[in-house]
Amino acid sequence: MNAMLFSSFRVLVAASALALGVQAAQAQSRPWDTIGRDATRAEVKAWDIDVRPDFKGLPAGSGTVSRGETVWEGKCASCHGAFGESNEVFTPIIGGTTRKDIETGRVAALVAGNPSAPQKTTMMKVATLSTLWDYINRAMPWNAPKSLSADEVYAVTAYLLNLAEVVPADFTLSDKNIAEVQKRMPNRNGMVFYEPLWKASGKGDVKNVACMKNCEVDPKVHSSLPGFARDAHGNILEQNRVIGPVRGADTSQPPPKGPVGSAPPPKAVVVAAAAPAGGVDAKALLNSNSCTACHGVKSKIVGPGFNEIAAKHKGRADLEAYLMGKIRNGGEGVWGAVPMPPQAQVGEADAKAIAQWIAAGAP
Amino acid sequence: MSDQLGDVIGRVLPAPENCLSTEKLEDARKARRRFMGKALAMGAGVAASAGAATRALAAEGEDAILKLPAHTTGLGQAVATDGYGKPSQWEANLQRRQSPGLTRVNQASVSFTPLQGLFGIITPSGLHFERHHQGWWDIDPSQHRLMVNGLVKRERVFTMDDLMRLPSVSRIHFIECGANSATEWGNVAVPTVQYTHGMISCSEFTGVLLSTLLEMCGIDKKKARYVLAEGADGSSMTRTIDIERAMDDCIVAWGMNGEMLRPENGYPLRLVVPGIQGVSWVKYLRRIEVGDEKYATKDEAVHYIDHMPDGTHRQYTGIQECKSVITTPSGGQMLLDKGYYNVTGLAWSGRGAIKRVDVSVDGGRNWRTARLEGPILPKALTRFNIDWVWDGKPAVLQSRAIDSTGYVQPKINQLRAVRGTRSVYHQNAIQSWLVSENGEVSNVQVY
Repeated sequence: MNAMLFSSFRVLVAASALALGVQAAQAQSRPWDTIGRDATRAEVKAWDIDVRPDFKGLPAGSGTVSRGETVWEGKCASCHGAFGESNEVFTPIIGGTTRKDIETGRVAALVAGNPSAPQKTTMMKVATLSTLWDYINRAMPWNAPKSLSADEVYAVTAYLLNLAEVVPADFTLSDKNIAEVQKRMPNRNGMVFYEPLWKASGKGDVKNVACMKNCEVDPKVHSSLPGFARDAHGNILEQNRVIGPVRGADTSQPPPKGPVGSAPPPKAVVVAAAAPAGGVDAKALLNSNSCTACHGVKSKIVGPGFNEIAAKHKGRADLEAYLMGKIRNGGEGVWGAVPMPPQAQVGEADAKAIAQWIAAGAP
Repeated sequence: MSDQLGDVIGRVLPAPENCLSTEKLEDARKARRRFMGKALAMGAGVAASAGAATRALAAEGEDAILKLPAHTTGLGQAVATDGYGKPSQWEANLQRRQSPGLTRVNQASVSFTPLQGLFGIITPSGLHFERHHQGWWDIDPSQHRLMVNGLVKRERVFTMDDLMRLPSVSRIHFIECGANSATEWGNVAVPTVQYTHGMISCSEFTGVLLSTLLEMCGIDKKKARYVLAEGADGSSMTRTIDIERAMDDCIVAWGMNGEMLRPENGYPLRLVVPGIQGVSWVKYLRRIEVGDEKYATKDEAVHYIDHMPDGTHRQYTGIQECKSVITTPSGGQMLLDKGYYNVTGLAWSGRGAIKRVDVSVDGGRNWRTARLEGPILPKALTRFNIDWVWDGKPAVLQSRAIDSTGYVQPKINQLRAVRGTRSVYHQNAIQSWLVSENGEVSNVQVY
């Protein structure tokens, strides 16, 4: 729309000889100006999907809390939990807000000294309802972003708002009433725009001075890595070069007791990087098909570890076909209540390769 | 071949991630035998296989000199054996790594650059830190498009062919995640500089200035106040950038360190927003919208907001303020002896160039000014070096950077006094490394 306005404006201006002169001069100083082409209206519509806090860009539509619940259970609950409370795969969406917060527009649990929630949730932080709508629309579900219709996005947003007690269970969220609902967001008054850390020319809010001699300092060590965490990041010896002025400390062993030089230095080793196995690289397929978003090779994330699946069904004659079915059609109940959505995006060949790999014991 | 390297030959230990199967270990052993067999067949390799020479010098001298190794007495490999060269096999320890427990999903996670082993200011492209919000892609560049829309006279589409025809710039800039060093807000949580500071990299980026594109599209200079940058990946990451900055030094980049961007870093096109946190450097850039309001996108309204003690969150705090860290000696490293060390590290500022770096070896009581190595560029990493003779006694090493605005990198207690401990983002405090008498260096907080 803006583009059209401007092009007609340009025609008008171009009619004047003076403006023509200016344009010619510009074309000369920017001889690359003609590179590229104008976007079509359909192209802009296809990509210009953002929704701003003033709801500019929001498509018309509506969705009920109950429809949102249905969509949620099918496409969202496996990662976020049935009530958006799960802390298993992502940080929780719902929790930590109160009716009082909805009145004040400030989430009390965020204030230092107040009883705090165990984990900051999305609903505790987000001030702008447009942000929720926009992100669900552009990026969800996790493994099939942009697959929800506008009405489904309204419905899912309504369901989340209902879980946070912002709207009642019989509510229908739409482009018509979304600005009203915005006025009930629990943390709507909790954001501050801090310009000095936005503008390049701003000044910092924390001041230090460059003292050089006998500076005031408390010589005690206020914090250090606890002993039990010594090898929590693996053996640091294997994360440093084998030559140079230092080595990595061998954190598979306790720290050396004597002063430096009293024991031989740790033996430097080169750890070979993992190379893909010959033939089909099942683990790469697991990654490229987003299976690893929910399954570990050796442990449960949302769904069971692949080795656990292999162990459970060991010896089953039709295992490969069974697993292919589970991958393509989803399942529920074998490993608990959380359903696995159908993974239609996994191609036949990939599903077969993955099923074969699991059937072989998920090595 | 030195005794240390001799010890290394043929030793293949499981990686920390336990990613090496028994089968692969066997493969590695076989591969080594094949290599040795070839070398022997060519009449060499005997000296190399006898690598476990003693450290002490024999009367005549060291075996590494007196016994000529295979590479001195044999024929080396042919040109283009590897069409795209890789680092030496001896460098395999320096890898991008994840921090256990930090994130739960590999597609929305981060890998850290091994700063403890890098030199100078350029990060090798293969070691550039990664942060993905919905997994990475290797996009066909012939199908990639950039659209400019919104408050412009002509809404335009550019192919990669178009963009790469335009006048380009090549500039060296750092990119730092807003959450770099986040683990240390409250207390020490991770062992090495890779995990405390490894969400920073510095590269030479090549591309067209964003201002060139906006001028070409006829930006409405009266109304335009912000641009929105949007990615083409699943999350279609979006970030708001103010118009002054967009018209100043932002680059729509395809090149990184002389080659195209790596897929993990946004191939074929990413936005470079010098001095601003990495999340604004939108990867797989597909769209720039010119607007007149901020967008409050997910990463401006739920994440990348600074939680203050009064319960508010600061939004749009994108600047990466002046910061520095000593990379050697640093946490998890081990000094092999007393005596001379070249203490080296990195300094940077999102507001300009580094003016000075001071180093303390006594926990911040006394400071000496370090040597800055060139080039010293605005919004780029700057390498510093300083001499230190270690007497074997416990020492606390710190570095403190000052940028061209005069801002002095703060201590962690000064930062906490203003921003509390739950801020998550923009932790730029002075880092302390404790050198213990046994030579081990560890991560501590001293202020």
